[in-house]
Amino acid sequence: MTRISSRPKKTSASTGRQKRTRSVKTDPVRSIKKRKPVWYGNSKLGGMPYLQEHDISGRLIVIEGPDASGRSTQIEMLTARLEADGFAVLNTGLKRSELIGEGILEAKRNVSLGKRTSALFYAADFADQLEHKIIPALQAGYVVLADRYIYTLMARNTVRGIRRLWSSNLYSFALVPDLTFYLDVDPFKLVHRVFAKKQSLDYHESGADMGLSEDMFESFIIYQRKLAKEFEHLKKKYGLVSIDGNKTQEQVNIILQKQISRFLAKVA
Amino acid sequence: MNTSRQILKKYGIPGKLIVVEGIDGSGKSTQLRLLEKWLRFNNFEVFRTEWNSSDMVKSITSKGKKKANLTPTTFSLLHATDFADRFERNILPLLRAGYFVLADRYIYTAYARDVTRGCNRMWVRKMYDFALKPDLAFYFRVPIDISMDRILSGRPKLKYYEAGMDLNLSNDIYQSYRIFQSKIIEQYESMAKLEGFAVIDATLGIKEQQKLMREKIMRILPQKTKRTIQEIP
Repeated sequence: MTRISSRPKKTSASTGRQKRTRSVKTDPVRSIKKRKPVWYGNSKLGGMPYLQEHDISGRLIVIEGPDASGRSTQIEMLTARLEADGFAVLNTGLKRSELIGEGILEAKRNVSLGKRTSALFYAADFADQLEHKIIPALQAGYVVLADRYIYTLMARNTVRGIRRLWSSNLYSFALVPDLTFYLDVDPFKLVHRVFAKKQSLDYHESGADMGLSEDMFESFIIYQRKLAKEFEHLKKKYGLVSIDGNKTQEQVNIILQKQISRFLAKVA
Repeated sequence: MNTSRQILKKYGIPGKLIVVEGIDGSGKSTQLRLLEKWLRFNNFEVFRTEWNSSDMVKSITSKGKKKANLTPTTFSLLHATDFADRFERNILPLLRAGYFVLADRYIYTAYARDVTRGCNRMWVRKMYDFALKPDLAFYFRVPIDISMDRILSGRPKLKYYEAGMDLNLSNDIYQSYRIFQSKIIEQYESMAKLEGFAVIDATLGIKEQQKLMREKIMRILPQKTKRTIQEIP
């Protein structure tokens, strides 16, 4: 892009861009069909009845999967591709809210929150991001790529002995994503990917707070198996699309891109 | 799984959970402190806990809370987190150990405030369904004018969320507070019967109210301990 220095030039340049927008296929931001937002709750049990149901024009795409399943790499690749295709893209993930993002990291270091307390903590953090980041972006027409969503949070609760119904009621305030993928990777393969990255197992991703085993390696495998088993249930209940994450990054990316492009072609 | 109810079946919960509810300035905290003295004097093990007081949760949220604007949902979830922390760490273990747990506000405060803020009624109730039902829940019924007088004489500066300023009820903080508190009273009144509140007329004298409370407590004490109960000299 050329920099515009003087005033008259600026006016002509901007009208020029407007003309292009109308005629050329790859406009700066591709617009998406508007629709009503869909929530998990209903009038009896929605979490945010105070939110006016403005139309949204963006779309919410979620990538779920265990630690080291390659989610963030996939999101990077997808973001680049979608932006090249002319979409405005926003990336979000868990544990990044303004409200308590830092606090969760701190609490993790202390490891002293009870299961119910941490479940609610993560829910508060998620709600903050949903209301302050995801929903505004969707209203502004962004494609939101979410690195994990309520499913991981619900699975973590369940394996810690919290009733599924309690978690699903809790997250009834959440927006239903347009597409959710689950990167399915064998726990043994995950260990190798984790080691390739940092040569040590993360305390929490190993479920070490649950006292599954004295042995960290064993604990990791048991914990990841439990989560994977819970995701089998979640996949069916919420219609997550399972992707074989044991394949290479490039292979996985081709599958994801194909499905996402096909979906966006219908609405953009 | 480990729901409160199943724990109850397995080990039993010998302690007693006493709760006070009511709007600010209803005098409930004063009454609860008097009750605490009386119980301690009679050699009961007592633990008193206040709403929104978990140090752990406070230290974690304090960083973000000022910056971020809280929505009804995040406000509700943060208070639930605080409650859960106190419930998991103190309330439940102490009740299982046989303590008298005295709670200055309990889940009914969340029912009243969160619904007033615009959260879904059922959503709030289901979120708190892990909590134990109290052995006694006192509700301090007070006209709004009396409570306003009590609050404003002792503590003139109202806080933003306390006054319900986030609800845009009025630009005047005192007017907003008044409307907000009136709405909370409506919520309390609507649940009083269903939740089995022991209603205390909070316009009565301090001693009179305390007497009524102790009579209620006497009824839930085991026979053995009842005979030895004394007034504080």
